[in-house]
Amino acid sequence: MNARVLSMMENKVLSKLFSISNPKKINWDGFFRKFINKVAVPLIAIGIFLALWSALASQIQTSLGQVPGPAKVWEQTVTLYDEHKEERGKETAFYKRQVKRNAIKFANNPNANVKIRNYTGKPTFFDQIATSVITVLTGFILASLIAIPIGIISGLSTVIYSALNPLIQMFKPVSPLAWLPIVTMIVSALYVSDDPMFSKSFLTSAITVTLCSLWPTIINTTVGVSTMDKDLLNVSRVLRLHWFTHIVKIVLPSSVPMMFAGLRVSLGIGWMVLIAAEMLAQNPGLGKFVWDEFQNGSSDSLARIMVAVFAIGLIGFALDQFMLMLQRTVSWDKNSVIR
Amino acid sequence: MIKKNSGVDLMSTKHLEISDVSIEFPTPAGAFKALDCINLSIKQGEFVSLIGHSGCGKSTVLNIVAGLYQATTGGVILNGKEVNQPGPDRAVVFQNHSLLPWLSTYENVELAVKQVFRGKKSKKEMREWVEHNLNLVHMEHAKHKRPSEISGGMKQRVGIARALAMEPEVLLMDEPFGALDALTRAHMQDSLIEIQQRLNNTVIMITHDVDEAVLLSDRIVMMTNGPAATIGEVLEIDLPIPRNRVTLANDPQYNAYRAAVLKFLYERQHKPEEKVA
Repeated sequence: MNARVLSMMENKVLSKLFSISNPKKINWDGFFRKFINKVAVPLIAIGIFLALWSALASQIQTSLGQVPGPAKVWEQTVTLYDEHKEERGKETAFYKRQVKRNAIKFANNPNANVKIRNYTGKPTFFDQIATSVITVLTGFILASLIAIPIGIISGLSTVIYSALNPLIQMFKPVSPLAWLPIVTMIVSALYVSDDPMFSKSFLTSAITVTLCSLWPTIINTTVGVSTMDKDLLNVSRVLRLHWFTHIVKIVLPSSVPMMFAGLRVSLGIGWMVLIAAEMLAQNPGLGKFVWDEFQNGSSDSLARIMVAVFAIGLIGFALDQFMLMLQRTVSWDKNSVIR
Repeated sequence: MIKKNSGVDLMSTKHLEISDVSIEFPTPAGAFKALDCINLSIKQGEFVSLIGHSGCGKSTVLNIVAGLYQATTGGVILNGKEVNQPGPDRAVVFQNHSLLPWLSTYENVELAVKQVFRGKKSKKEMREWVEHNLNLVHMEHAKHKRPSEISGGMKQRVGIARALAMEPEVLLMDEPFGALDALTRAHMQDSLIEIQQRLNNTVIMITHDVDEAVLLSDRIVMMTNGPAATIGEVLEIDLPIPRNRVTLANDPQYNAYRAAVLKFLYERQHKPEEKVA
């Protein structure tokens, strides 16, 4: 490849990275400014953070040893991943053995009572992440399915708004930890089944998430619906739209931006609530992982908890980005700055 | 010029009859009488302008005809039937276009067409009808654009196309060109003259603009200042149609009409002091 082709390719990649419209002519001045803003500044900030962390951590001694610095935390991240791989290896080996054993049994006696058992190993860090993400999404979707219709109805009718508003305002500030015992007891009382589809702990966590992430969506949807352009309402009246068409074609789209603002807050709250609920109720998930490590009290515990802290933060960030993406696809208002 | 009609004549051959309309709005300080005893009868195909100072209740009259407000006393009769709710037979062109921002211009018109002609036109006929109306306002080139992607004048055109597509008995326009710059406004007025020539709709238009009123109308209804605003004077505009703004500029008859309206507005009805209602 000659130098020209190379530089052309380079330009293409760079223009993709920094969304420069004309790949042939790079505005080096603008490119440099973008580079500083988008890459250099964040990297420097992260560097300063790591340095400060590392310096301060070495100053503090706890009963579980020194507060871990970045290096120790990274080491534990790798360890947790190795443990996960090891556990998966054990699991496959277990199932292989079981299949083999059953095959032999079956060959000896075609009428043998062959049992298939599930692997009962300890959930790894990554299993706990998966559990938490599934739980928070379940609770959040449930909350949205309840909150959006309620928000629309109370946005449309001042009577219903006056009826619901005091209740919403009262329940909104309630901490998840106050709900938790009640939810646990109610789930235990009502969800009685010999062959449960979901475990009770999963339901308890998910419902607690639901109860805490209902409110921002309800409030924002209500505001979005009740502040919609009165002229658009008049358009709907002049056209004599059926109430259902009116809601689907006029009310829903015009309240989408506010609704999404509420949904994003809800999901954020839901994620925070879930970790706390898992810690308190010892339900499987990242919260339980943190609590178990704390109780475990080994010299690695603090570093392992720190890994969980970063995982929680990154997942929360990813969930918010996911909602943003969804908002960008759904929302009609492409000009509004969504961040 | 204004005949007082007593009672409701259901066999009236008149097209649109606004009879003894008054409206009061409840306020904390008691009822506020915005309109008092408005009487106006409009013939099929007539273009009527309502002119008056801000706050005199022009929009309220229009909203009562549209059915968006209910008159406290009196009422509106369209083709022998009393108006008591909004409907597509009285299509409204709103001042700020009121297009649905999440729909393309085509879809905005389509929403109205689907609603009005459901079961009466086939899918193909509906599509042709939407396109026909966009053509009428010269907006066929932007049918896939969203309202945010087109200019103010274009939005207003689509708003007019949407209203026309409903095949209304009466077209109600609430300061349709008020938010536009002078050149665009002139252009839109010419378009409206052209459309009016082809379709001969019955139109009630609210305006602030004296030239616009004289240029477009068959009759100009001048309203007194509120509260309890009513019709002050009605001026018949007897100028040949089609009208051309450039040739009319030096027409003594045209200027006499202009002067009459200006005189009413600025001598007989002083602009009220800006006061908080």
